[in-house]
Amino acid sequence: MAKGVKLALAGEGGQGVQSVAMIITEAAYEDGREALYIPNFGVEQRGGVSVAYVQISDEPIGSPKFKTADIVIALSDRAVRRTKRYVDKNTTFVYDSGIEGVEDDLPTHAAKVLGIPAIKVAKEELHPRVFNIIIMGAVIGATGVVDLDRAKQAIEKKLGYKFEKDPKLRDLNFKAMERGIELVKKEL
Amino acid sequence: MTEKPIQGEKRVFMTGNEVVAWAALAADAEIMYGYPITPQNEIMHYWTRLAPKHGRRFLQTEDEISAGFTTVGGVLAGRRAFTATAGPGNTLMQEALSMAEMMRIPIVQVVTQRGGPSTATVIYSQQEVTMTCFGGNGEGARIVYSTSTHQELYDYTIKAFNTAWKYRFPTHVLGDGYQSKMRESLTMYDPQARGIDMVPTEPSLGNEGTPGVDREPNHLRNTYNTEDELYDVVTNIMSDWEKYAPEIAEYQEYDVEDADVLVIAHGVVTRAAQAAVKELRAQGKKVGHFRPVTLRPIAEEQLRKRVEQAKSVLVVESAYGQLRKILDNAIYGLTTPITNFFKPGEGVTADEVVEEVNKLL
Amino acid sequence: MSVAVPQMPQCWRRETKAHKFCPGCGHGLVLKALGEAIDELGIQDKIIFGCDIGCSLLAWDFFNVDTVQTHHGRTTPVITGVKRANEDVIGIAYMGDGGGYAIGSQHLVNAASRNEKITVILVNNTNYGMTGGQMAPTTLPKQKTETSPYGRDVESTGNPTQGPEMVAAITPESAYVARGTVSNVRQLKKYIKRALENQISGNGFSFVEALSGCPTNWRTNAAETWKFIEEDMTEYFKVGELKVPSKKKEG
Repeated sequence: MAKGVKLALAGEGGQGVQSVAMIITEAAYEDGREALYIPNFGVEQRGGVSVAYVQISDEPIGSPKFKTADIVIALSDRAVRRTKRYVDKNTTFVYDSGIEGVEDDLPTHAAKVLGIPAIKVAKEELHPRVFNIIIMGAVIGATGVVDLDRAKQAIEKKLGYKFEKDPKLRDLNFKAMERGIELVKKEL
Repeated sequence: MTEKPIQGEKRVFMTGNEVVAWAALAADAEIMYGYPITPQNEIMHYWTRLAPKHGRRFLQTEDEISAGFTTVGGVLAGRRAFTATAGPGNTLMQEALSMAEMMRIPIVQVVTQRGGPSTATVIYSQQEVTMTCFGGNGEGARIVYSTSTHQELYDYTIKAFNTAWKYRFPTHVLGDGYQSKMRESLTMYDPQARGIDMVPTEPSLGNEGTPGVDREPNHLRNTYNTEDELYDVVTNIMSDWEKYAPEIAEYQEYDVEDADVLVIAHGVVTRAAQAAVKELRAQGKKVGHFRPVTLRPIAEEQLRKRVEQAKSVLVVESAYGQLRKILDNAIYGLTTPITNFFKPGEGVTADEVVEEVNKLL
Repeated sequence: MSVAVPQMPQCWRRETKAHKFCPGCGHGLVLKALGEAIDELGIQDKIIFGCDIGCSLLAWDFFNVDTVQTHHGRTTPVITGVKRANEDVIGIAYMGDGGGYAIGSQHLVNAASRNEKITVILVNNTNYGMTGGQMAPTTLPKQKTETSPYGRDVESTGNPTQGPEMVAAITPESAYVARGTVSNVRQLKKYIKRALENQISGNGFSFVEALSGCPTNWRTNAAETWKFIEEDMTEYFKVGELKVPSKKKEG
């Protein structure tokens, strides 16, 4: 992984893609790796698709945005359409299999296209609140950019104050992450 | 004296706007004046959270004209004062910067370039080069550092205060929206712990004693009655500027010694250029990169040398030839063919630079 | 023959007199009132005087006080910046009607709204003097200027700006606002003094508009000049204190 990983993460506002990007890059940074994260912003940030551009590498990182990503994760119909442009023949394209009406919009030239039932798992097995943590797990499962323990530490750092009050939350979050990893690994 | 904002050294991971606020704190900046504009806003957000804890001040003005002129006032009162803006705000601020140029007022301005012209985008560009270097109704006696990483944002924000107060030219840290909003790691430090002493400040207005009794009054002017008077003033300014330019100019070079193709880029685009050169060198291709760190003054002698050595030059920028104009002026008379790769208002990736270089090889 | 020694305020800079204003100009009288107020308050060592561009710029070396000449309309923010950076000084922004009510109006409005602890002295002579007598925000209805050669038409150019009334309306109770005139220098000095005192006590914004004459551009003789100031201008611009934080308000 010397060359590093380029990841584009896209969803609707409220799906938490920016916080996932932030936690993952912080975990990588804590791990002593080079990490760069830039959100899309602009007028688009109000009511548009939220995109996070993440790069993690062992070497200094070049330009903050990129043309095509190694991994694209799209969490809504609009996100699928918006992020197709970041796909090339080496890209793994991950989308939520619960998204309807995007069959014709999925990239046809990607290395792999994976549908994962993250929204369904969050709703039915765990809790809608941990949807973004499932996605974080999916990112980790697809890329291996940070190991599970480091990712857990990063979540602990971010949400530890909540876990103090309600230790069950910790289990829920860690479970969500592990499920996310599984969901992707199963498809890979 | 309150505790130092940063003790020793500290490895951090944050956005560029936060970096600027911390750097200004570490540099003992005493007051910031500003007006909201994207993508600069978080510099003010972090500053207003940090400043009161360290006895520093902030004023939110009615517009960037006022932000520029209040900063001028703060500096005249002897404070290490600064402001930050972008795009149309930078346009409005040029008036105060012109006064600072004329009266040798060492103000520090941080620019987070956004798209232009007009309101354009709030995202990113390198389209404020011409304005930041030459925006006033004068000669452009200014110093402009174009940064490319968070480490440089930190280093050069601190340095900008010292450069400004040492040479008494308005000094600019030229960043961009990408650098403002992205997160990456850097090492923050107490400048003193690294042997960097902050150049002392002094008031131009409001010194000790009663003017006309204990001392002469300071009468600062920017209006002159005759052509001769103005000629002398501007000639003096420019002779100082030219005298100091060689010691102020900074640049970086990557694999330039035997380069057939020389890529020239500044600011965040140098990251793409550096990565491209690395990749092409790995393929055995003779490609180098010259990066001016100061756009004003530009490291003319070194630039000419490298351009002359190369068989071909590629100028890469997120603007339509604003860097190119500065380069043309510096390399006038050289015959090395130059190719442009202009992407106004859009980022440049290493892959694109590689592709453009390959066309020239 | 005895040479009459003119009565100059202590803080005036003798080396730069006689001053450079046109014969009959009101600036000299306003600056005399200001000079006497500074003397009486004993604050010469604390004053930072900012002068605008326009005829005001000629005051750049007028006093033995630290002075900065700024840009047209920008004296309010420069002095605001100085005062925010050093509260120990007494900041005076000196400007004309164009500088204060046209090109710098946003600065005046916002400095007043923020209740900046500075003193603004604005000389209203109903035209742009330095640039050759164009219509100003304060030009009276039907008044002829270079850009209203047939007389100011309020239908197309609006009514004269009522500066102190505006400032009084947008400042808090701790502000001081008055309009004086060069035809009553004693009163004008009193207003300026109170304005400075309001800043010294840290109360808030203080603003004095001074009605003044411009015989050069008005093309008036002495009698006509005084008549215009005392009758025409004061009919539209009411002289008096509009806002007084303490109980010193005149009856």
